[in-house]
Amino acid sequence: MSTATEIGAWHFALVGTPNSGKTALFNALTGGRQKVANYPGVTVERKAGLLQTPAGHRVNLIDLPGTYSLRGRSPDEEITREVVLGRLASEPPPDLLLCVADATNLRVALRLVIELKKVGRPILLVLNMIDIARRRGTDIDVEKLSNELGVPVVTSVAVRRGGTEELLRRMDEVVEDAASAPVESTWSPPSTGDLRAAQREADRIMRVAVGAPKRPDTLTGRVDAVLLHPVAGLLILLLLLFIMFQAVFAWARPLMDLISSGFDILGVMAHDALPEGLLQSFIQNGVISGVGSVVVFLPQILILFLFILLLEDFGYMARAAFLMDRIMGGAGLHGRAFIPLLSSFACAIPGIMATRVIDNRRDRLTTILVAPLMTCSARIPVYTLIISAFIPDRQVWGWVGLQGLVMFGLYAAGILSALGVSFVANHFFWRDNAIPPFMLELPAYKVPRLRSIAIGVYTRAMMFLKRAGTTIFSMMVLIWFLASFPRPPAGASEPAIDFSLAAIFGRWIEPLLAPVGFNWHISVALIPGMAAREVAVAALGTVYAIEGGKEAAEQIGQTLASNWSLATALALLVWYIFAPQCASTLAVIKRETGSWWWMAITFGYMLALAYIAALITYNVAVALGAG
Amino acid sequence: MTQDCQPRNGRDGSPLGLARRGFSGCIKSIEVAATVHGITAVELERRLLELGFLEGAAIEVVHEGPVGRDPIAVRLNGTIIALRRREAMAVFVT
Repeated sequence: MSTATEIGAWHFALVGTPNSGKTALFNALTGGRQKVANYPGVTVERKAGLLQTPAGHRVNLIDLPGTYSLRGRSPDEEITREVVLGRLASEPPPDLLLCVADATNLRVALRLVIELKKVGRPILLVLNMIDIARRRGTDIDVEKLSNELGVPVVTSVAVRRGGTEELLRRMDEVVEDAASAPVESTWSPPSTGDLRAAQREADRIMRVAVGAPKRPDTLTGRVDAVLLHPVAGLLILLLLLFIMFQAVFAWARPLMDLISSGFDILGVMAHDALPEGLLQSFIQNGVISGVGSVVVFLPQILILFLFILLLEDFGYMARAAFLMDRIMGGAGLHGRAFIPLLSSFACAIPGIMATRVIDNRRDRLTTILVAPLMTCSARIPVYTLIISAFIPDRQVWGWVGLQGLVMFGLYAAGILSALGVSFVANHFFWRDNAIPPFMLELPAYKVPRLRSIAIGVYTRAMMFLKRAGTTIFSMMVLIWFLASFPRPPAGASEPAIDFSLAAIFGRWIEPLLAPVGFNWHISVALIPGMAAREVAVAALGTVYAIEGGKEAAEQIGQTLASNWSLATALALLVWYIFAPQCASTLAVIKRETGSWWWMAITFGYMLALAYIAALITYNVAVALGAG
Repeated sequence: MTQDCQPRNGRDGSPLGLARRGFSGCIKSIEVAATVHGITAVELERRLLELGFLEGAAIEVVHEGPVGRDPIAVRLNGTIIALRRREAMAVFVT
């Protein structure tokens, strides 16, 4: 992409198998100077950064998705293949392939090097984590390895200061040497025979150049005896998930409250400073609350990604997927989907961003599709308002509170519908109908490096602010516009929103919503309620002309109790389980999938579910005499 | 560093998918039955090869999943690989 390209700079590509320490090396080489975007037209993440060689050459380094071969089994791996072969129009052909291999786990990596040689581009094999290999007493004859492979080899320790010096020094040399003798690519997708032959050759080289470790890693085995234990392992996983959920749900709360009251104060200050009118409303309710509604998600996203990156670096993520595979697999979800789905109980936005831990595109899209069905914390104000206004506060079966039971039912309905939708999507929606195999390496445990984690968390946060933030902000301004235009005529006594486009639209859709028991007040409130689910509470207050906004929740409850039937209240509760009442979630889906199509599908299926479920609830309730 | 093994003579391989934790042996062959998988037989064979499964490699079942003893984790030349029993049925071991 032209943004990161400089005239005369070299272009290097980092290639390697998963778990080769490629990302750590990328972070070590480029530091904070990285850019994350998507490749044009696909959802694959493009990570690029800048570095300088000792000879003063500037290098654009691009971190390609990890792969075992160039065959391109997934969109990510296809990108790796296209870039390596120099076939991607938006990417200059790499001047050098930096092939990263874990020095403690070379066997499969050497097969990849043998395949990469056929591409005909200069290769430098980087034996990363050489310190760990040496500690284990593995003799690696670098010179012999280089001679046998026919590729220059260099060692590195990505996570240590100065651990990449030799690598940087060799870069200049290798590129200059290779520039004189360009070679044509003879690569073609390897057959099973090619793969066998290449692996046999790699094994032969291993025998010649790499000794057996004198002190093999026993720590990983001992830790796994506990963490993968059928009982203890699951309990530890549940405990970890509980802590993570607590962190995203509860620890982020004070920060989020601080941010939202900060923006409220800022809004009031702007309100006081500006003359009454349109500009005042735009600044306070459009711009400031729009920016606020983006920034308020930051604490959750930071905390969640801190956990995810720590677990990933430690090597636990693959283990968790191993433990959860059968449990999640029953509903057609990937073992790795549990973290995004769990986070979605706090908020679907960090949850959907967390689906990046799932490599397979199809598994990832299914998870994105069902994540908004998890009962997020923004539904709680709506649920509590309606429950406390309509559900009697009494005990059933002697000890269970009825209100709590209804709340539990709403949560359970969310989970069950998510499992159901994922099941249906897997059996009817994906045309190829192929369940992707679960096969992955369980890497050796490693102590996470804080610097690498910090870079990762920072990159995620910036990506959220820049990419999702702009979409969320524009939707907030749009919703403000709908709720504010046209302005009420002078001297009108009704609330201003009654004259707005939102009200016109609300009255227009009211006949559609009448069968599910919604009056026009609800229909109108649903539109500003798209800003965030909890905004619906304040919006109901506005349309019922209750002064005091959010603080008047109790008063709103009383008003609703006297205006709505129980059937209407129940239908609205059920509506909120399913309805896509959150513009920010839709914006993030659009950003993460890179397509309006997936956003439309999510919106459509959730709306359909909401309507059907609310229709059934309303009519059954009316038939039972609650109308 | 690679550990090779000689398949014991005169014995047919049995599928890795049926092996229990503690099994230790040798890969005799990789043969994918065409019908049982979501992906084509050739594709599954390639994926197994890419992860390092190869005739003559030493293999050991080191972990079993908590539900239905599935998936399993095997040690293959010092690397731990997790896979479902369904896919492991294609790997014959002795």
